[in-house]
Amino acid sequence: MLLDWPAIELSLGAALLAVAINLGPGVALAWLLARRSWPGKAVVETIVTLPLVLPPVATGLILLEWLGRRGWIGHWLHAANFEIVFTWRAVVAAMAVMSFPFVVRNARVALEGVSRRVEQVAATLGASPWRVAWTVTLPLARRGIIAGAVMAFARALGEFGATILVAGNIPGSTTTISTSIYTDILLGHDAEADALIAVSIGFAFAAILLSELLLRERQS
Amino acid sequence: MTPFLELRRVSVQLGRFTLEVDAGFGPGWTALFGPSGAGKTTLLEVVAGLRRPEAGHVMMNGVVLFDSDARVHLPPHRRGIGYVPQDLALFPHLSVRANLEYGRSTASESTLFERVVERLEIDGLLSQRPGALSGGEKQRVALARALLAAPALLMLDEPLTGLDAPLRERILPFLQRVRDEFRVPTLYVTHNPGEVMTLCEHVVVMEAGRVKTEGGARDLFIPSDTPTWRLRDDTQGG
Repeated sequence: MLLDWPAIELSLGAALLAVAINLGPGVALAWLLARRSWPGKAVVETIVTLPLVLPPVATGLILLEWLGRRGWIGHWLHAANFEIVFTWRAVVAAMAVMSFPFVVRNARVALEGVSRRVEQVAATLGASPWRVAWTVTLPLARRGIIAGAVMAFARALGEFGATILVAGNIPGSTTTISTSIYTDILLGHDAEADALIAVSIGFAFAAILLSELLLRERQS
Repeated sequence: MTPFLELRRVSVQLGRFTLEVDAGFGPGWTALFGPSGAGKTTLLEVVAGLRRPEAGHVMMNGVVLFDSDARVHLPPHRRGIGYVPQDLALFPHLSVRANLEYGRSTASESTLFERVVERLEIDGLLSQRPGALSGGEKQRVALARALLAAPALLMLDEPLTGLDAPLRERILPFLQRVRDEFRVPTLYVTHNPGEVMTLCEHVVVMEAGRVKTEGGARDLFIPSDTPTWRLRDDTQGG
């Protein structure tokens, strides 16, 4: 079989799940960064951005240490019979951490673009802070937030370095598009690698185009 | 008579600008008159609860809105104050009808909607988005939206500033209509004496963050090079 379908399915499913997991906390954090001032804000901002600039293998190694059976998160999960490392869940975890900055940064820009005056007038019309957020702020920032989620999805699909450390490269279990391409190259399966590369380009092209279109319409 | 709205020793620090106000406002239409930078909009923000003063006491109709000593700060959505900012701040993603219904209190009489829409002549715009409206239409929609929340106090921030003269002439009658028919106590911010004389019986003159003087519109303004008015010279330091 020319195309590694299990890898494509895992990549798409895990990337979707990673973005879905990121969206709630990411937008909430973006709102706190855009609209509130609090101690430690600069530090949190930096930590959120770290995965963008750290070598992905370094992020992967940190995740491996934290999520492994002896890790400070992993040993709780292990006690609850919830294994992450070297399972498909580790693929999701790596993708979620690596794509989180895209969700937060884009959502923050989108939220900062919403007029304070419009929010304030909504409040004077009797809307509680929650109602203002749901009926004014989020709808007005919607396009930018979705554009960020699409970019995060694209970044998750391309994830390699962190994934291979924390999830490994187990065919049919944790092998993604990226790690499958890597295996194909190592084994000299050039045709299989080229086919997956074509699939990757297709997904990436569609995602970037979609996010550009969303942002353009917002500006007009 | 006790004033409808009272600000006592209210002080706001905004960078190098200080607002220090001690004033009472009656239940009619009161003009907040003064040059830009006098602190008029900041005063509205304090009354609306959008800006928290460093100190002072704000009371409306017997209800304490803010008190620095008692640590009272009623949030904006509990104050029942209609605020129309200079840029109007209509909700761009909602239809005119949804804009109007946003703050509409369920307790308010159902006929109020029809009455406001009819008197401000916006019944033909209900299905449109704010982006499709002309400047004058936006003004009327913003005014209607504030009125439909059945506010105890209405605050209009320079509604006619930045509009060309013919448009001002067209909107002025709507403001007079709102004043005469809905009878909501109103703070009207302007730096145009003509608007003060047309719309307000009482004036509070502000300058550099302080109340310079206050009184009846006819007492404070005298006709100058017609058709405008100017502040009397003897209002200095009042």
